[in-house]
Parts: sequence; C-alpha cells; structure tokens
Amino acid sequence: MATNKKKLSLKDKYQYLTRDMAWEPSYQSKKDIFPQEDFEGIKITDWDKWEDPFRLTMDAYWKYQAEKEKKLYAIFDAFAQNNGHQNISDARYVNALKLFLTGVSPLEYGAFQGYSRVGRQFSGAGARTACQMQAIDELRHVQTQIHAMSHYNKHFNGLHDFAHMHDRIWFLSVPKSFFDDARSAGPFEFLTAISFSFEYVLTNLLFVPFMSGAAYNGDMATVTFGFSAQSDEARHMTLGLEVIKFMLEQHEDNVPIIQHWIDKWFWRGYRLLSLVSMMMDYMLPNKVMSWKDAWEVYYEQNGGALFKDLERYGIRPPKYQDEANKGKEHISHQLWATFYQYCQATNFHTWIPSEEEMNWLSEQYPDTFDQYYRPRFEHWQALQEKGERFYNNTLPQLCQVCQVPALFTEPDDPTKLSHRSLEHEGERYHFCSDGCCDIFKYEPDKYIQAWLPVHQIYQGNCEGADVETVVTKYYHIDAGRDNFEYLGSPDHKRWQAIKGQKPDESQAAKPKNAA
Amino acid sequence: MSQLAFIVFQDNDNARYIVEAIAQDNPHAEVQHQPALIRIQAEKRLVINRATVEEKIGREWDVQEMLLDVISIGGNVDEDEDHFILEWKN
Amino acid sequence: MSVKAISDYITQPKDTVANFNGMQVVYVYWVKHLMYCSPFAFLVSPDMTLAGFFAEVLRPAIKDHPDSTRVNFMEAQWLLNGQAFSPTPEVALLAQGIDHKSMLTLTTPGLSGINGCAS
Repeated sequence: MATNKKKLSLKDKYQYLTRDMAWEPSYQSKKDIFPQEDFEGIKITDWDKWEDPFRLTMDAYWKYQAEKEKKLYAIFDAFAQNNGHQNISDARYVNALKLFLTGVSPLEYGAFQGYSRVGRQFSGAGARTACQMQAIDELRHVQTQIHAMSHYNKHFNGLHDFAHMHDRIWFLSVPKSFFDDARSAGPFEFLTAISFSFEYVLTNLLFVPFMSGAAYNGDMATVTFGFSAQSDEARHMTLGLEVIKFMLEQHEDNVPIIQHWIDKWFWRGYRLLSLVSMMMDYMLPNKVMSWKDAWEVYYEQNGGALFKDLERYGIRPPKYQDEANKGKEHISHQLWATFYQYCQATNFHTWIPSEEEMNWLSEQYPDTFDQYYRPRFEHWQALQEKGERFYNNTLPQLCQVCQVPALFTEPDDPTKLSHRSLEHEGERYHFCSDGCCDIFKYEPDKYIQAWLPVHQIYQGNCEGADVETVVTKYYHIDAGRDNFEYLGSPDHKRWQAIKGQKPDESQAAKPKNAA
Repeated sequence: MSQLAFIVFQDNDNARYIVEAIAQDNPHAEVQHQPALIRIQAEKRLVINRATVEEKIGREWDVQEMLLDVISIGGNVDEDEDHFILEWKN
Repeated sequence: MSVKAISDYITQPKDTVANFNGMQVVYVYWVKHLMYCSPFAFLVSPDMTLAGFFAEVLRPAIKDHPDSTRVNFMEAQWLLNGQAFSPTPEVALLAQGIDHKSMLTLTTPGLSGINGCAS
C-alpha cells in the first residue's frame, strides 16, 4: 500500500491544531466564560477573521524553542567556563546590565503574567493560542536573563536583589508603573499597549542596537540572550500588528478607542525608553550607534512605514510623535545627567564620559551636545578632580504619570523644563510634558493613586527619612559598594585588578559632599 | 515617503545562507552588517523563497526554521510552505 | 473620563496633605539652572516662614551651583503655581498661599547657568 508522505499544509495544520481544538460552549454562556471581552467598548463581530501569519502550532513551537534554549545555554556555559566577564570592553559596561536586570527583566515576568491573563479572556481560539505562546516566551526571557546575569553577580556589585529592588527603588518605579498600568487595563488595551505600541513600535530600540552594542563590548552572554529573546519577538511583533489590524477591521467604532490607546502607549513607551537612550549613549564603552540614529532607523523610518500602512484604517501617527522626534537630540544627555547626580540612590554607578566619549557625543549630536550638555559635564568633571564629586542631595519632583523626575525640556527650548500641572478634585498634580498630562486628564482616577517614590519617602513609608537609610534598609542597596561614582568603586578596583592596572585614588568614590 | 520592509538576522552560519538567498531574490534589497547582526532592507517588499534557501544551504529547509535566527522584522507578514514575505501594502 | 472597569472603580488620591504627618511638599524650579535636573521636592512644615525656608532649605539645596552665591531670593522673580508672586519673608508658607504640592518658580535675571548654557 502506498503511504501518503505528503505533510499537511501549514494552513491546514494550523487550522486543525488551533482553531479546531476550540469548541462552542453548550451549558454556559460565552459572556460568562469571557467576562472581560466587552467592557472596553471594543466590538468583535467575527473571531475567525483573526490571522496568525506565522501559523505556528504548539508542536512546532516546542521544537524551535527547545533548539533555541540548547544553543543559548551552551553559550552561557562557555561564557562562564572561560571567565567571559574578563573579556568585556570595560567594567563600566556592567552598569548597563544592572539597570537591565532590575528594570527590564522583571517586565518580562510582568508580560508573562499579563499574557497569561488576557489569553484567558478572549473568546477567539487564535488569539488565545498566540497569547499562550507569548506568555511562555516571556517566562523564558526572564529566566534566561537571570541565568545570564547570575555570572556577573559573582563578580560585580548591584545585581544581588533585583526583584526586591524593582518593587522599591525610585527610578525602577518608571518601568514598574508602566507595566502595572498596562496590566491593570482591559485585555484589548493590554494588547495595544504591549503587543503593538511596545513590542512592535518600540522594543527594537532596546533589543536590536543595544544588543548589537553588547556584542561590540564583548558581552557574549547578553547578546545571546538578547537575540534569543528577540527571535521570539519577531513573532510578538507580528502579533502586535495583526491584533491592531484585526480590531480595526472588526468595527469602525473601534478606531477612536484604538487611536487613543496608541497615543497613550506610544508616549508611555517613549518615556520608558529614555532609560535605554542613556544606556546606549553613555553606558556602552564601545559605541555602535547613537540613540539618535537608532531612533531615526527604528522609530522614524520604521514607524513612518507602519503608520502609513495603517492610514487606510483611519489611524494617524501617535499624537506626540513630533515631540518625541525632537527629543532624540536631548533625552540621553538629560537622563545621564540625572543619574550622575542621584547615583547615591541607585544600584549602579555613573561617571563623567571620557574625553574621547565626549568627542563622540559632539560628533553624534552636533546641534546640542556642546551647546547644552558638555559644559555641565565638564563643570562636574572639574569638581570631581578637586575631590568634590557632585551629588544632588534634594529629592526630585516626579511626573505623576511616567514617574521619571520632571527633567525633560520643552520640545523647542532645551533651556526650559516642559513642566505642566493641573488641579483635580482639589489636589494639584505635576507632569513632565503635555503627553503625560494628557494621559492623566483622560483617566485621572487611575493616576491619582500613583505610588510616587519621593512622596512615599516623605510620608515615612520607606523605613527612614534620610537617603542612606532608605537606600540601605528599604532598597537593599549595599551603600558604598553598589552606589556612588564608578571611579574608585569596588567594581572599578576589581576591574583594575583583573586587567593588572594600578588603582587611581585621585577621584575616589565617596566624596565629601555625598549624602 | 519611503517605506522600508526589513528583516534582521543574527550574524551566524545559518543566517548567512538565508541572507545570500534574500540578496539573490530581492535585487533591490540593501544588506547592512552591524556587530553580531545582519540587516536587510528593501522598499516595500522582501521575500524569502524556500527553494533559493535550500539551494544555498544544501539541504531541506523549513520556512519556519527562520524563527531560530531572526531578530526583528518590519512589514506585514505572509508565510506559507514556500515563502516568507514582508510587505507594506499602503 | 472615568476609568472603564469591570466593576465600580473607587479610588483615593495617594498624596493628600493628610498623609504627610503635618508636613507638606513644596517644589522649587530654578529657571536656567538645569544642573539640578528637575524641580526640587522639599518636605517642609506649612508653618515655616518663607525666610526660614530660604535660609534653611533652599539655600543649602543650591549651594553647589557656581551661581548660588549671587542669588538674592528677595530680589529674584517668583511664580507660585504659574502666577506672579511677591514673597513675604516673615510670613509662614501656607499663610501666603504656598500650600501642599505648590511649585515655586525662581528666575534670577543675569544668572543663566554654567557658561551661560542654562545648566
């Protein structure tokens, strides 16, 4: 008997193993089974129109994921066995990993929880399957990131308690509150926030140029987990685009709701990525690409193509896109200056860029760096050389929405903060920008509850009234080891020992005026 | 305005054959090498043909194998047994 | 707009003055001195005089800036929550309208930061 060896077509296989695994409920109403599908106002008339262009089924998913994991862990082993941390460009680089582990990895876990939840809430089987795979991917990402960085934790400070720190440290409330905002929204807003605005529109900026930078700085472990995670991301991005198109095609009433979510989540994501801007421009000793160039390629060019494609549904580019495009000249410098003056309260070190690095910044930012930012850094450098390293000993005003200190400047005037404020039900609220102020105005009840770290310290909820007590007892930062200036830090000394260099004590870590 | 479809691969042994196949089948594409990655971009449309990849790599190749080496994409995805297409339609 | 929710959405603002144990928050933004990256947030008593606030709180906060010794708070231009404001040194903060989460904007004509670059 002749056997038919012909495989099922991808399309048929996907149909059998995904859609056909679902069933119509007989003794419960759909509304009771999927109670969160309607309340946001999104109208779905036909879930069968949901497209998964990868048509990935669970059997193929496990096969490819297993192969990725084998490759990844072989490299982790090789990296650890060969003391890969000794081959990075410079130990300053590790500070970017500290920020990554405390700021980004817990978001992967948040995404795992988020997709597990919303995957349960859709009555369409295609959407449930896609969310389930993504939930598993996100769990894999947080695990592989922790494994990759556990090697660095053996050799450098500040990596020892990332989950605790994520929940408590002031600047980590920026990523934490971003994800909490998304996870506390309905399932369709969550997908628009994370799958579309974050994954499709913005994460390339973190995972592509930054990871290429990790490679260029000799960090084999990080580039490998980064790219392994990002290989899942191609699927996530596709889901992000498909979910937007699907919602827009289902009903015209969905268009204004989605436009509002795109406006909101583009701005929320842009503010979150300001942390990445300084990682790229200031924390990679070997430079690959400036933040500005990355923004041009991965937002202006790619986002331009994307939003042109979505025009046919009546969607326009995000409301504050022009402000964000202007910000590419400024935000990395503004963020680094902020962390330079507040690193008595961070789990990582900061420093003044070297002369060579400042020249690179001048070349990359010919219209802004020398005019607005170099004088600030050179002033601080001169103080540091006199043994008076500058720290700002007063806590900053935080934006009520993004929770970043209100440090951003007017789009057309980099000498002036773009501070906004308003009164709501007798209380005054402060914002970093029109973008964040708009988000508040739309849903004030959500943001009046914001857990703002500075106010929490002042209310006495953080185990102490002075910075050192809060940092040590509440944040679990090992004061004098994890925080303060890089030059003269234990990490710096250890690196000098690895490289057989003599320690230079002239610009020591804990100067006179530190808190 | 220009609308670039793009795909980014890890710079590894597998991906190099895929990149060769893409370059051959998409003469309008530009290939950029950056640390650890290869980015290919082209106006509006990029296609990966299974047949061309198999010819380059010298074995049977499943289109979904690209999931192992891809880092990022830009464009609407259309995939079947023989092709992987990225395209901006508007 | 109200929050779209699956049940009644009842919330409380987290930072009302009642939560600050008799104290209040006051912000100060020193225009064209972005070496201090953002407005300062101070925890102060509403009964503190403005003179006390200047001497004991604001002066130490800006002491590391090279322009700081040339700042005369009484001759500077002030805004309180965006409105023109004339400080009265011997009056308490709250008594002259500087209430919880107020922002004072300080402009010091002639002083424009490090090398004049607004830093």
